[in-house]
Amino acid sequence: MRQEELTIHPQGKTEEYFINMGPQHPATHGVLRLLLTLDGEIIKKVDPDLGYIHRSIEKMTESDTYRQIVHLTDRMDYLSAHINNEAVCLTVEKGLEIEVSDRVKVVRTIMAELTRLSSHMLWWGVTGMDTGALTTFMYAFRDREMINDIFEETCGARLTMNYFVPGGMMWDIHPNFQKRVKKFIAHFKTKLPEYDLLLSDNVIFRKRTEGIGYLTKEDAISFGVTGPGARASGFSCDIRKKQPYSAYDRVEFKEVLGTKGDTFERYKMRILEMWESLHIIEQLIDNIPEGAIQEKTNAVIKLPKGEFYQRVETARGELGVNIISDGKKSPYRMHFRSPGFSNLSVINHIARGWKVGDLVAIMATFDFVIPDIDR
Amino acid sequence: MYDFTGMIQGINNWLHSVMPDMAATVVGWVLIGAIYLAIFAVLGLVLVLAERKIAAFFQLRLGPNRIGPWGIFQTVADAIKLLLKEPVGTKRADSFLYNLAPYFVIIGALMSISVLPFAKGLQAFDIDIGLFFMLAMSSIGVMGILLGGWASNNKYALLGAMRSGAQMISYELSVGLSLLTVILMAGSLQMSEIVEAQRDYWFIFKGHIPAVIAFMIFTIAGTAETNRTPFDLTEAESELGAGFHTEYSGLKFAFFFLSEFVNMFIISAIAATVFLGGWMPLHFGGLEGFNHVMDYIPPVIWFLGKVAFMIFLLMWFRWTFPRLRIDQLMKLEWKYLLPLNLMNILLMAFVVLMGWYLGS
Repeated sequence: MRQEELTIHPQGKTEEYFINMGPQHPATHGVLRLLLTLDGEIIKKVDPDLGYIHRSIEKMTESDTYRQIVHLTDRMDYLSAHINNEAVCLTVEKGLEIEVSDRVKVVRTIMAELTRLSSHMLWWGVTGMDTGALTTFMYAFRDREMINDIFEETCGARLTMNYFVPGGMMWDIHPNFQKRVKKFIAHFKTKLPEYDLLLSDNVIFRKRTEGIGYLTKEDAISFGVTGPGARASGFSCDIRKKQPYSAYDRVEFKEVLGTKGDTFERYKMRILEMWESLHIIEQLIDNIPEGAIQEKTNAVIKLPKGEFYQRVETARGELGVNIISDGKKSPYRMHFRSPGFSNLSVINHIARGWKVGDLVAIMATFDFVIPDIDR
Repeated sequence: MYDFTGMIQGINNWLHSVMPDMAATVVGWVLIGAIYLAIFAVLGLVLVLAERKIAAFFQLRLGPNRIGPWGIFQTVADAIKLLLKEPVGTKRADSFLYNLAPYFVIIGALMSISVLPFAKGLQAFDIDIGLFFMLAMSSIGVMGILLGGWASNNKYALLGAMRSGAQMISYELSVGLSLLTVILMAGSLQMSEIVEAQRDYWFIFKGHIPAVIAFMIFTIAGTAETNRTPFDLTEAESELGAGFHTEYSGLKFAFFFLSEFVNMFIISAIAATVFLGGWMPLHFGGLEGFNHVMDYIPPVIWFLGKVAFMIFLLMWFRWTFPRLRIDQLMKLEWKYLLPLNLMNILLMAFVVLMGWYLGS
């Protein structure tokens, strides 16, 4: 039962008060401002105020060429840079009607899954921190470092990769790539159970997350929630399954679905997704086919007149890229349907009636990246 | 074997012989005060460094390692930085209470060290209500936190202070009752007598089942008393920024910060004195040879070793557990710890009445 229904005011009603959570606050993981209305510790209303890190990326795309746009997307959801790059590349390729080689498809999938792993690791670390267990952060970063090293070797960057270009990828994978990825998988398979031992099975963490912050399947659909947050409520929305792109149609993996829709279920979804990602990489890493790393494209790409849309599954949910082209070298209008924005909209609905500590835990399990919400 | 009573008495007699009685008493007070201030400062520096090193050990890091060998001067540098820092406060605070609050916290912590026996005779005040005095003094700290949180005129600080008030007053009950359970065996609140009563067996062995239960309850409640994870709701970094000391900086912040560590020392010292025999070496009634060998290790080493063990335990909690929520915190105390404690004290009374404990 929600706390608000249990609250009894023997001396009449207590006074509600207002508190600013953010823009500088440790739990909002960036410059998100939440206007909280509280009754003691109980949350009456959450009103997110956005725009503190708005860089008008969508407007900037209108004066950039399609090759340049890829760079901008690194800066949206910086934890799934590869997947964002891939989304734009896929949309442009759709417009150009290019079919990339199998090698590119497989490498893109491996990179995307490594990105998902590294994003989920970081999420796991900060979820622990948000609930007060500071050690998780360091554990997660130990393992994430290996992925960053793999990225650095192949792409030259650790955060803003910008490795994919329309028509393929910028250069071929590093000769060490397969060896290091396999080493990472072997390492991480021994470390992922440690995550459960440290946090998932901790009785305090369970008390803090189980039965807290319910989201029903209907609400998830009506608010447009996607990603692990929605799958925890049983809403099957994995784009990798629904509209397979790149090499997802040739690998075998489960779409992790939950039933309860509480905070712990959302937490569990991501832990299980990490196992699935490992499984996907394992299937592909030994069978990277030979082939061209780039299809032939013009130096300045011009999309034909029309509207092109492509969806991908980032670590946070569904990212949609919509390009309206008028045939010139830059788009007439470009829109990103970012997962974080829709996921944030449901916070007020879920968090009402719970306590301040619960709000932090709920926000942690939706894994907000603020530049992705603001763009 | 190591008895400091004579030495202290000698110093006292010498002081009285070279100056009038009144002056000797005052000089004695000043000396004691200076020594305790030094202990206080060293404790703060050592414990902060220990916390950082132990945290690093749990978190696959190195910890401070730049200033001095193994970073041992890191906390000294930090202390100097905090001393020299400009105090940045808020205009809208109630400045009198705002400035007063850190002193409540630090004085409470300082006063309660004064009754701790470091060895036989090495104790500032051996009053007959020693343990009671210690608990009373250590709970003055909550006043400072409440004042600081209220006077800061900041909603985060207020929330932290509200939580702190609720938490510390509730857990005081468990701390007191769990100590009372063990005191039944000693029959005295005087620190020196409590330690002396553990000559054959430490109380945790002597009182077996009820004493172990009391020890566990005390460790949980003691962690809550010191506002450390998993009970650090007062600060709750990810929820409230910095909780009650959000608006404090520089030296005033340092007082809050230091007192947390000194409070941790106090809770560990109480646990060491009451449950683990204080400065008393590891004795087992009847094993004369073993007891004699143990006596060769100085009592101060025993005492500090036991305290270090307790402090390590508390730090282990902090770097492993997530934080509880405020209602869960209250539920734990009032629904579980308190009834268990009351049952336990009854059990202990029965054990003492029937003489079912170890030793005599």
